[in-house]
Amino acid sequence: MSDTVLSVRDLTVVVHGDGPPEAIVDGVSFDLKRGEILGLVGESGSGKSVTSRALIRLLPGARLGIAGGSAVLGGRDILALDENSVRAVRGGEIGMIFQNPSSHLDPVMTIGRQIAESIRFHRSVSRGEARRQAIDILRQVGIPDPERRYDAYPHEFSGGMRQRAMIAVALACDPDVLIADEPTTALDVTVQAQILKLLMDLRDTRGVSIIFITHDLGVVSQICDRVAVMYGGRIVEVGDKRDIIGNGRHPYTAGLVACQPAEGHPGERVRTIAGQPPRVGQMPPGCRFHPRCPKADAVCMQTRPPLEASGTAHLVACHHPVLNAQEVAS
Amino acid sequence: MNRYRFVLYRPLQLLPVLVGISIITFVLIRSIPGDPVRVLLGPRSTPSAIERIREQFGLNEPLWVQYLYFVKNLFHGEMGRSILYKVDVLKLIVSRIEPTLVLVGGSVLLALAITIPLATIAARRRGSLADHVIRLVSTAGLGLPAFWLGIMLIIVFSVQLDLFPVSGYGRTFLDKLHHMVLPCLTAALALSAVLTRNLRASLLAELNSDQATAARARGLPENQVFWRHVMPNSLVPTINLLAINIGWLISGTVVLESVFAIPGMGQLLVRGIFTRDYMVVQGVAMCFALATVMVNFLADILTVTADPRVKL
Amino acid sequence: MTAILRTGTGRTGFRLSFGGGPLPLYLGGAIILGWFVLALLAPVVAPYDPIYQDVAARLQPPSLAHWFGTDNFGRDILSRVIWSARIDLQIALFGVVFPFIIGTVLGSCAGYFGGWIDTILMRIIDVVLAFPFLVLMMAIIVILKPGLSSFYVAMALVGWVSYARLVRAQILVIKSSDFVVAATSLGYSHSRIMFRHLLPNAILGSVVFSMSDAVLVLLNGAAISYLGLGVQPPTAEWGIMIAEGQSFITSAWWITTFPGIAIVTLAMGFSLLADGLGEKLGVRE
Repeated sequence: MSDTVLSVRDLTVVVHGDGPPEAIVDGVSFDLKRGEILGLVGESGSGKSVTSRALIRLLPGARLGIAGGSAVLGGRDILALDENSVRAVRGGEIGMIFQNPSSHLDPVMTIGRQIAESIRFHRSVSRGEARRQAIDILRQVGIPDPERRYDAYPHEFSGGMRQRAMIAVALACDPDVLIADEPTTALDVTVQAQILKLLMDLRDTRGVSIIFITHDLGVVSQICDRVAVMYGGRIVEVGDKRDIIGNGRHPYTAGLVACQPAEGHPGERVRTIAGQPPRVGQMPPGCRFHPRCPKADAVCMQTRPPLEASGTAHLVACHHPVLNAQEVAS
Repeated sequence: MNRYRFVLYRPLQLLPVLVGISIITFVLIRSIPGDPVRVLLGPRSTPSAIERIREQFGLNEPLWVQYLYFVKNLFHGEMGRSILYKVDVLKLIVSRIEPTLVLVGGSVLLALAITIPLATIAARRRGSLADHVIRLVSTAGLGLPAFWLGIMLIIVFSVQLDLFPVSGYGRTFLDKLHHMVLPCLTAALALSAVLTRNLRASLLAELNSDQATAARARGLPENQVFWRHVMPNSLVPTINLLAINIGWLISGTVVLESVFAIPGMGQLLVRGIFTRDYMVVQGVAMCFALATVMVNFLADILTVTADPRVKL
Repeated sequence: MTAILRTGTGRTGFRLSFGGGPLPLYLGGAIILGWFVLALLAPVVAPYDPIYQDVAARLQPPSLAHWFGTDNFGRDILSRVIWSARIDLQIALFGVVFPFIIGTVLGSCAGYFGGWIDTILMRIIDVVLAFPFLVLMMAIIVILKPGLSSFYVAMALVGWVSYARLVRAQILVIKSSDFVVAATSLGYSHSRIMFRHLLPNAILGSVVFSMSDAVLVLLNGAAISYLGLGVQPPTAEWGIMIAEGQSFITSAWWITTFPGIAIVTLAMGFSLLADGLGEKLGVRE
């Protein structure tokens, strides 16, 4: 269960503006193992969504471009494929689940046909066979009475059911990797829990690997095996969930965890990280977190900290990492 | 509200509009200075005929009773008599419906046949030379007087190239079709200026929509994304615009029937105005109003059935 | 890392924009201004008297003496086209102004007071909209008797509905906005809220609409005159000129062609102005 499905190295996405191109995803590297749920965590604008779009080569906006790196899936580098081969990857090996199912499903096509369309494109099967497979998938994602719901339009579904339908569309061709971009943010809490459970079930039954993008550490702690924290387009810390939540060594991770309103401490003031995340066109030199970092010094302002091992399978990119519990004890 | 109940209830909501249409036509015809009977029968009329009309339209009663008589007569298909043609207005209108229907229907189909490819090119190659040319031409087309465009087409295709007849309607089916090519093309060109601008804008919006991104993320090729997801979603508002503009299209055909001397309802209306054949003017105006209301009603139903998103 | 694999296509090269940026605004404004100056200076600019009949020079094709040729009465087409601009600009102006005023007053009353005033007005609007625009205008003109003043009356009676709907919708939106709520809580009177706060905001959209409406009014005016229901001969007006030239399309194409081009350019000016203004003020139709 530990073989690597997707290996991303030095992924860089630049934005072409009036000045020189600026990296909004800057040298991102991570591995995704089979059957693993990897959380990609960060504030809005941290580059987590752009990273996921780069993996299916659908960057949002004409001014964005992939400037380098590799993403190896099944022995092939996705970033080096031609357009035709990339299409086979999209929806075939990588399924995409979006945040807002209402706007990401075609309102004038039935749910079933949207799934069948995908199946028929990726595997040349007959109309009837595609329909049968689509109904099967609808059943797997927990949509009741799938034969009838096949012919329903997205607006006829409730919010939770719509997100299940979107997951069904993503699963249509039995992908190796699911990218879920804030899939539960638009849902209310009870439905959110159901969708998280569904994703974990799918991981268990199908062995699918999931990149789970979110800003919500609470959700991360429920579903993820490993977590990569992004800030200013870079991964600043990556490790097992236990290493990150509560034992994060990067000051940003520590701040992020401290910002979560803790359960059982009512009345406590919600803490925030001072300052604003960097904006496109104004990325600071050196460590991109240094303007907001309490431990920043001259080195941080000039030199980019490398992502270095801090323990088994725990990497941190910081010149002055926070001491973790063991070190404090010693 | 349930979709099917909407289809049943919508006609009821049209009732006040229909009543309003009848009131306006009633008021219009009564606003003509002079004795209404003279208006209805023309200057030369026998005393017995005058008495019969006074009876039939209740002209000795108060105004609101006269209106009820008017409505009653409408229900019996009684719209009065044409002074010029000496026949019932309803009969006259029925005999003139066909060319007008062909003209309206033909120009709508032709307009869509022009609009869809042009808007597709403009939207898919946004910012290209073709896009700019299409936008410039369609902006210019907004201000194209249909009657002038018709004459220009006659000069080029009928006078110079001798491809189509200059005017008239023809007798056999093919002959009629041959006569209707230029009029339909004229109306279609004028119409497609509006439609192309509209369709291009909605195509551009849909091309950048979340659902198109999601379709691409499923691996569908751009062609399939465009024709199966982007185009159907964009066409619904354009068809709706077309239906809303049916009154505009009818206005256009009235003028075009004069340009091409087509014996349709529009020509009937214009002749009626010049000969002060008031009952004909009233009858045709009312028919056009009814047609407009009907088409808008059908468009509502179409939108509701074609676009499941529409809130009722 | 440094090799750029795929870049966002930086749009370069052909960069002429219609319907965006200030170009349409200036171009449209320039076209309208140009026609306005021509109309104003018609007595000076026009080479001939627009209604003088030179029997010796009938149906002459475009030449140095008559740039646009002459018609069947020997009248100079260029001079007639220039003099027509006076009438057609007037049509576009009055055909928009009267409906604008009536529609704005009625629409703001409906939007502001609501209730039965609103209900009745909206029903009337529904009914007026049920009639094809030109057909209703013709039905009104036939009662009044053909002529330019009848056209303006009919235009005012029919055209106000679009403005009323537009202003009413705007007022309904603004009525619930923060600054009106604030003005009400400060104790301002109804009329003050109405005229100082609501109308200026609501009218912006109508102004943009009036530019594209001017196109329709211009075309309608020309069509009504073409049918013989508007401006009466021998006055020079583009619609009439086209109608008069239609009998001679086999021999003298220039009689109909040039007045039509005049309409298209002026209408295009209004369309461009509407596009540019809408873009600049952030108003979408």
